[in-house]
Amino acid sequence: MKYIIAIVQPSRLEAVKEALSKVEVFRLTVGDVQGLGRQKGHTEIYRGHEYQVNLVRKVKLEIAVNDDFVDPTIEAIIRGARSGPEGKIGDGKIFILPLEDVIRIRTGERGGEAI
Amino acid sequence: MRQSKIFRSPLLIGATFGGLLLAGSVWAQALPPVAPSAPVPEIKIDSGATAWILASSALVLFMTPGLALFYAGMVRTKNVLGTLMHSMFCMAIITVQWVIIGYSISFGDPTFGGLLGSMKYLFLNNVACDRAFPGYPIPHLLHMAYQMMFAIITPALISGAFAERIRFGAFVVFTLLWSTLVYDPLAHWVWGGGLLSMAEGSWLRRTVGVGALDFAGGTVVHISSGVSALVFCLMIGKRRGYPKEAMLPNSLAMTVVGAGILWFGWFGFNGGSSLNSDPLAVSAFVATHIAAAAAAFSWALVEWFHRGKASILGVVTGLVAGLVCITPAAGFVKPMPALVMGLAVSPVCYFMVAVIKTKLGYDDSLDAFGVHGVGGTLGALMTGIFCSEEICKLSGFATSAGLKQLQAQAVAVAVTIVYSAIVTVILVILVDKTIGIRLCADDELSGLDLSQHGETGYNP
Repeated sequence: MKYIIAIVQPSRLEAVKEALSKVEVFRLTVGDVQGLGRQKGHTEIYRGHEYQVNLVRKVKLEIAVNDDFVDPTIEAIIRGARSGPEGKIGDGKIFILPLEDVIRIRTGERGGEAI
Repeated sequence: MRQSKIFRSPLLIGATFGGLLLAGSVWAQALPPVAPSAPVPEIKIDSGATAWILASSALVLFMTPGLALFYAGMVRTKNVLGTLMHSMFCMAIITVQWVIIGYSISFGDPTFGGLLGSMKYLFLNNVACDRAFPGYPIPHLLHMAYQMMFAIITPALISGAFAERIRFGAFVVFTLLWSTLVYDPLAHWVWGGGLLSMAEGSWLRRTVGVGALDFAGGTVVHISSGVSALVFCLMIGKRRGYPKEAMLPNSLAMTVVGAGILWFGWFGFNGGSSLNSDPLAVSAFVATHIAAAAAAFSWALVEWFHRGKASILGVVTGLVAGLVCITPAAGFVKPMPALVMGLAVSPVCYFMVAVIKTKLGYDDSLDAFGVHGVGGTLGALMTGIFCSEEICKLSGFATSAGLKQLQAQAVAVAVTIVYSAIVTVILVILVDKTIGIRLCADDELSGLDLSQHGETGYNP
C-alpha cells in the first residue's frame, strides 16, 4: 500500500479528478494549501502599491492505494495536472510514501480491504 | 506595561464622559445671556420636506455601516471585526454625545464671537418636534437627527488611518473628545452661524467679504477627518512590518459592497443638505451622482495607464473620492462642473496614495487622508471656482465664482486644517499619556479581533 500526495494547480483539480475516476480511483482527500516552489510568486497591486505574493495557492490531494493502483494513479494525476504537452513550472509534484496500515472506523477492517 | 492599563480604560472612558457632561452643565450656567439672533422668517413645516429629510437621515446613517464594510474589507483577516467596530461603535457613542452636548455646541446660538454654540440645546432642551428649524420647513428635532448622522460618520472616517494597531479604549476616548472638540466647533463655524459661515457679521465675512461655501461638509467632515487622520497615523506610527510585509485585504468584495452603500447613502448626505425637498435638492442629488461616476472612471483610467490594469479597488476608491470632492459643492454647482470636478479629483488622489505616500513613508493604512483630506481640500477649493450664481441663489446665498469666493474657500480650508491638526496632536498625546494608544506587540500580531474583542471574523 502506498500513500500518494499530489500538489497540483487549483485549476487542474477537476481534470485530475476526472482522470482518477477513469482508472477507478474514487477515494481521495482534497485540501487548499499554499506553498513556495520554483514558480516563485506574482505581484498584486492595491491602490498603486505593489506587493510580492510568494506563497502560491495550490490544491493538495491525498490518496491511499493498493500496490496495483500506484502506477495508474500516478499516470492519471500527471495526465490531469500537466498544462499542455510540455508542462509548465508550477504544475506541481507527486510524493509516494509507504503506507503501514489502514483501518475503516465503521467496521474495524484493516489493511488493503479497508482502503 | 500597556497590558495592565486595559483594566483602567473603561473607568477612564466613564470619567472622561462624566467630566465632559459636568463641564457642559457648568458652562451652560456660566454663560452670559444669549444675544438675540437675527430674526428669521417663520416658516411652516412642510410634509414633503419632512419626508425627504427623514429619508435622508436614514440614508446618511446607512453610510456608516457602508464605511465599516469599505474599510473592513481592506484589512487583514485578523482585524476585520475590530475595523467594523471602529465605524459601528461611532453610531453608539456619537449619538449619546450628540444628544447630550454635541448638537448644542454645533447649532446653539453663536457665542464667544462665533467660536462655539450656546448651551441652549443641552440635553436637547428647546429642540421641538412640532416647531420648524429656523429658516427651514422641517421640524427642529429632525434637523438635530439629520445632523447627528454627519457627526457619526466623521470620526469613523479617521479610523482608516490607525487601522490594525489601536487599542479599543483609546479609540473610544479619542473619538468622543475629537467629536466634541474638533467636529462640533467646526460644524458651528461653518453651518451654525459661526466664524466661517455665510451669516451676517461672521469673522470670514468681515475679513474677506464673503463666507465659505460648504454645502454638505467638505471642510467640516472630510478635511477635518482627513487631516486628523494624517496627524494620527504619523503619531501612532506604522503597522509592524509595514511596508515590507504584504498586508493583503481579506475581502475586497466586502469593500465593494461598502462603497456601493456609501454611494447610495451619499444621496441623503448631499441631496438632503438643502434641508428641504426642492429644486436645490435635485441639483445637489444629480451633481453628486455625476461626480462619483466621473471620478470612478478617471481613477480607472489613471491606474490603467500607470499600472497596466484597471482594478475594482481603484474604481471604488475613485467613486468615494468623487463623492468627497463634490460634497462641499453639491448645492452650488451645475452638472457640467460636477463632471469636471469628478474627473479632476481622482488623478490627484491617486498620485497622493500611490506615489507620495510611498515616498514619504507614512502608514495611512486605508487612505483616510489620501482620499478624504486631499479630495475634500480639492473640492472645497473647486467650489470657489465653479459655484454658479444661479444655483447659489437657490440656497439663498448671493455669491458667484470668483477670486473673492476662492479666497474665502482657501481661508476656510486653512483654518480647518490648522485647527484639526493642532487639536488632534493634543488629543493623541493626552490619550497616549493616560491610557496608551497603541496595541502592544503581541496584541498587534494576534490582531484586533481576538485581542480587543475576544472574537474572530472567520471560522472554518
